[in-house]
Amino acid sequence: MSIEKTLKDTKMHYCIGCGHTTVHRLIAQLIDELDIREKTIAAAPVGCAVLLYNYMNVDVIECAHGRAPSVMTAIKRCLPDRFVLVYQGDGDLAAIGTNETVHTANRGENITVVFINNAVYGMTVGQMAPTTLPGQITTTTPKGRRIDREGYPVRVCELLATMDGPTYIERVAVNSREDIKNTKEALKKAFQCQLDGKGYSLVEILAMCPTNWRTNLKDSLKFVDKMKEYFPLGVFKDVTKLFF
Amino acid sequence: MKDKLKMPQKQLMKGNEVFIEAALQAGCKFYAGYPITPQSEAAEYMSKRAEDFNAIFIQAEAELSAINMLFGASAAGFRCMTSSSSPGISLKQEGISYIAAAELPCVIVNIVRGGPGLGNIRASQADYFQAVKGGGHGDYKLIVLAPSTLQELYDLTMNAFDYADYYRNPVLILGDGILGQLVEPVELKEYHPILDLPSKESWVLAGCKGREPHVIKTLLLSPIDLLVKHNIHLQQKYEKIKQELSLCKEYKTEDAEIIIAAYGITARVGEEAVDIARENGIKAGLIQPITLWPFPDNFFEKHKGKEFLVVEMSHGQFIEDVKLSLECDGAFHFLGYGGGWYPDTKQIVQKLKEIKNEHRKNT
Repeated sequence: MSIEKTLKDTKMHYCIGCGHTTVHRLIAQLIDELDIREKTIAAAPVGCAVLLYNYMNVDVIECAHGRAPSVMTAIKRCLPDRFVLVYQGDGDLAAIGTNETVHTANRGENITVVFINNAVYGMTVGQMAPTTLPGQITTTTPKGRRIDREGYPVRVCELLATMDGPTYIERVAVNSREDIKNTKEALKKAFQCQLDGKGYSLVEILAMCPTNWRTNLKDSLKFVDKMKEYFPLGVFKDVTKLFF
Repeated sequence: MKDKLKMPQKQLMKGNEVFIEAALQAGCKFYAGYPITPQSEAAEYMSKRAEDFNAIFIQAEAELSAINMLFGASAAGFRCMTSSSSPGISLKQEGISYIAAAELPCVIVNIVRGGPGLGNIRASQADYFQAVKGGGHGDYKLIVLAPSTLQELYDLTMNAFDYADYYRNPVLILGDGILGQLVEPVELKEYHPILDLPSKESWVLAGCKGREPHVIKTLLLSPIDLLVKHNIHLQQKYEKIKQELSLCKEYKTEDAEIIIAAYGITARVGEEAVDIARENGIKAGLIQPITLWPFPDNFFEKHKGKEFLVVEMSHGQFIEDVKLSLECDGAFHFLGYGGGWYPDTKQIVQKLKEIKNEHRKNT
């Protein structure tokens, strides 16, 4: 099976060093490997990945900011045998769409959420995200994020793992070869979780945004390592084995 | 009572149950909603009734979620509905704009209550502008239907699904707290489509097996005129709807010297007021739009030059469209308050008398 099947042979609009490119490829590879392209319906988010449909040869619905989990809840309930993929960034998933995220997870909807955490708003060019690190400079935190004023970065995996609804929750990164390999493994587990009818799965991916971090490629890889200190990698919830 | 009705049967029902029952009979397979007075019985009734029709019911965590669930269900090709009351409908406006932009069919019911803000839980018609002028951001229109009886509510709900599918446009049923809470006998008719409905296959999302992938999107960035073209396309569709859809009822307007213009529950009060006014020597009539958008201009135009008394449970929203339909050269009088005021026949007749007396003075 060739990777071109799901991934369109076209140049992506993402900046050099952007994490989206890598994650898009991994998702496309997995869709091909699992042979689920023809039954996949994906949600394109508001944010840099809004043009997801330009790169993936699957049915796509472009959702309003934060609302993809609700849109995809309905699609999955209507068409339970389809593979429903939600792709969201940090502002989308953990700020304007926190409500949808929490309740969709709590209902244990049988969908898979791919959550790109790059600690910054990309499409609107560099404002503070809910996951922006303490002290991190953004265009709306020019002197760095102050926790006494802007609060703490939101740890989505830890938050959702406290709930009974979700089945599989893992945090990974894409700033090294090893990490990318682990990300593909995590995505595969999450995809399989849905395909086996086991319920809600979410993979948070710490990803680079060199443009809005104002870093070069090398430093952007290092920044993800710094993110890992606040957002530890690992499996936060896995009850897939409780299903028979 | 199972899903298929054997023959027309009359049943005593509450308004909030009537539009759910009609929706299910018309093949609605998905409903998402959030409780709000005075329409909460709708979700309650649906939660009980959905299984009989193999339909999906979700109590959403928020109005925003509910309307976005409709965005998904409609994209999947399912007939779908949500309902709420004024503050809840305001919350849904974001989603409604997206649904209208993506040209997805769905049916939304607003059982209007007093506003602005949290207002109160009495009936109101103060969401008229929101309903007929767009409501959310961008240039779009909803098809808006205004029933005045529970039978009309039942019949129009069924038709609403056909209009939605036929025009690929959201349809709003504009009720009010009285209509939602009213209990009266309704003939539960079997559903028969009133239009030749188009196939959804060319756009529906179901996985791209055996075809090119479908994309449902509302972001139209490039080329630079893409969004302009889409807006022109939408306006052409709205123009077509205007040409084809105009529903209006008239009562004793032929010889009327003054015509009451009212919609929804207010028209029902107006109809009785016409009879009482006539007993009092005032030749009154009633004109009652059923489609609020498109506004039935053609019915109003016939009465150009006549005097009108516009009655509404709001401070002069509906009157603007009445004036527009008559190109502002008629004589207009107004009776309306917001915040939970209901018209009664006495007030309307009193107003008609005042108008007549003024004429006497002037001549």
